[in-house]
Amino acid sequence: MDLTHTPEEEEFRARLREWLAKMLPSLPAKPSPDDWPGRRAYDLGWQRMLHDAGYAGLHWPVDAGGQGATPTQHLIFLEETEKAGAPYVGANFVGLLHAGPTIAAEGTPEQRARWLPPVLRGEEVWCQGFSEPDAGSDLAALRTRAWRDGDDYVVSGSKIWTSHAEVADWCELLVRTDATAPKHRGISWLAMPMDAPGVTVRPLRTLAGSAEFAEVFLDEVRVPVANRVGAENDGWRVTMVTLSFERGTAFVGEVVACRRVLGELARTARKNGRWDDPALRRRLGTLNAEFRTLWRLTQWNVSESERTGGVPGAGGSVFKLRYSHARQELYDAAAEVLGPDALDQGREWTLDRLSSLSYTIAAGTSQIQHNIVAERILGLPKGR
Amino acid sequence: MHFQLTDDQSALKAGVRELLEGRFGRERLRAAVEAPRLDRALWRELGDAGFFALRLPEADGGVGLGLPEAVLAFEEAGRVLLTGPLVATHLAAGEVAGAATGEAVVTAAYGGLVEWMEQADVVRGDVAGARGVTAAGGAAAAEARASVASVASAEPMESLDPLTPLHRVRGSGGSYGSVDPLAVLLTAAEQLGTAARTCELAVQHARTREQFGQPIGAFQAVKHLCAQMLVRVEMARVAVYAAAVTADPLDIASARLFADQAAVRGARDCLQVHGGMGFTWESDVHLYLKRAWVRTQRAGSATQSEEGLAAELVAGTA
Repeated sequence: MDLTHTPEEEEFRARLREWLAKMLPSLPAKPSPDDWPGRRAYDLGWQRMLHDAGYAGLHWPVDAGGQGATPTQHLIFLEETEKAGAPYVGANFVGLLHAGPTIAAEGTPEQRARWLPPVLRGEEVWCQGFSEPDAGSDLAALRTRAWRDGDDYVVSGSKIWTSHAEVADWCELLVRTDATAPKHRGISWLAMPMDAPGVTVRPLRTLAGSAEFAEVFLDEVRVPVANRVGAENDGWRVTMVTLSFERGTAFVGEVVACRRVLGELARTARKNGRWDDPALRRRLGTLNAEFRTLWRLTQWNVSESERTGGVPGAGGSVFKLRYSHARQELYDAAAEVLGPDALDQGREWTLDRLSSLSYTIAAGTSQIQHNIVAERILGLPKGR
Repeated sequence: MHFQLTDDQSALKAGVRELLEGRFGRERLRAAVEAPRLDRALWRELGDAGFFALRLPEADGGVGLGLPEAVLAFEEAGRVLLTGPLVATHLAAGEVAGAATGEAVVTAAYGGLVEWMEQADVVRGDVAGARGVTAAGGAAAAEARASVASVASAEPMESLDPLTPLHRVRGSGGSYGSVDPLAVLLTAAEQLGTAARTCELAVQHARTREQFGQPIGAFQAVKHLCAQMLVRVEMARVAVYAAAVTADPLDIASARLFADQAAVRGARDCLQVHGGMGFTWESDVHLYLKRAWVRTQRAGSATQSEEGLAAELVAGTA
């Protein structure tokens, strides 16, 4: 067991730090959360800066246009960019963390050449068309139909909770291509252009007040058969590749951010007198242990994937369960530090507290994650 | 960075498990409940196997390994509920004559309590003002120690844990235990082993015990209880292993919090999964819970760990 870095890794860190210090001051001001075109432009601008400096798709394989960095280097990248206050992936989330890695793993050479470079260069945004009104946690129950008509699929149905749909160029879309097969077997994975006729996007307002995601209606949308990634009716397996990426790496930068917030909370409490309350101190101390340990768990999981060379496994569920809960605890503690100010929606921590409520629901609810841990790691029988 | 067990570490862990399962299996555990005496022959066997001398340099007759290896050995000890003042004796190796080889049984005063006092050869710590120095092999003669004979003020307790005789000592009980982070870490390692074992026992039971025509583990209520046990075990594991690598006091404080929680709540959830059977003396579950409770009182407190972790936040070094 070792937690030290090699000289090469430390050199990588030093170069990255130097670059961040030079480039970050040149970034434009952050757009408001409701300004979707502004957010798209800002996030793509950051991606272009990364691309020009040779940091785009750092952890992607070289033959997919990435840098082929080791998982440890990727970890250092996420740690340093967050510490420096660099932008998060934002609108590039699906392209860089879901669709891109899936196409890299499962796509044909033509598909990789068409879709991967624009993601890396910061030219195209992707969204995720998985969930449906009647198929959330039971994802395989999706009903959006696609039938063959010549060289096209004709797609009808609707999707929901689609982040970035308003500004996306492409959608990674799950459709049912065989209605008679068992529900996991009749699904296909398509890349759908968002400007195709028949696509309607309706923003959904969240409990935080902002339009963070949207409903997408599909009315006889034509998608070329050539846009299918993986075999027809093999979309479920392709999707599982995507989801393991989502749970394995998506929250790494956020853990670093949470540790920074915790420090700010303590210093605020020190200023407003609440630090004298031993119960609050102990609560923050416990949260410090929580985020320190989540970071250790990240290092453990990254080392494991480095050893096995595979995609992140079911252990990602352990991380996701604990992290989503800890994040909610963090912002509840923030409310205790703020006192009455915690009811001011204009406060950054208040909005964070509201948005933290989605963490135990999105990307597989905590209840589904518990089932995954129980059945796939502990080997308990399926049932109800 | 390779934050995973090395092949040698995996082999060591497997070797200790094999030794302990052979020498302190379930029958031996239940026999010990009936007659809680320290098994001196086993103590010397542990000494021969290098359990106490694990971190002593080879030049001093030790095994020459580090804290991570010691933590793996203590995790295995916690797994089988191995009895005796293991942590105190391990920490005395090289300082108290005979400790390294298992010839001497060394205990210590921690937070007003002494484990296995009557059967130990040496009690370490400032025990109610009695400062005796027993034959010491190392350079720590300045450290306060009391020979067992001089600890006149100790009162026996009716120990909650049938496998850990306890004495209460007057005064602070000595600062020795509360300030030694290694005692905290090795105790956390034992808690980790206990937590992992109770998770296994719960899962085993949930897979085989049938109710309403199916294994109870098929019910989400039971399934989620087991999943939460595993999540706590894995958090405790990375916290304990990382602390063993860095030996950083705040990493050790984190390890303590997670390991205590995983062991105590794990044993309680294990009891719950076992239902009425879990509430009986015949079931082993209560032994895991009681030992976990005893360990939470050893070497400082959770409050101390939490305050230390809180102080780091204000210092701005987090």
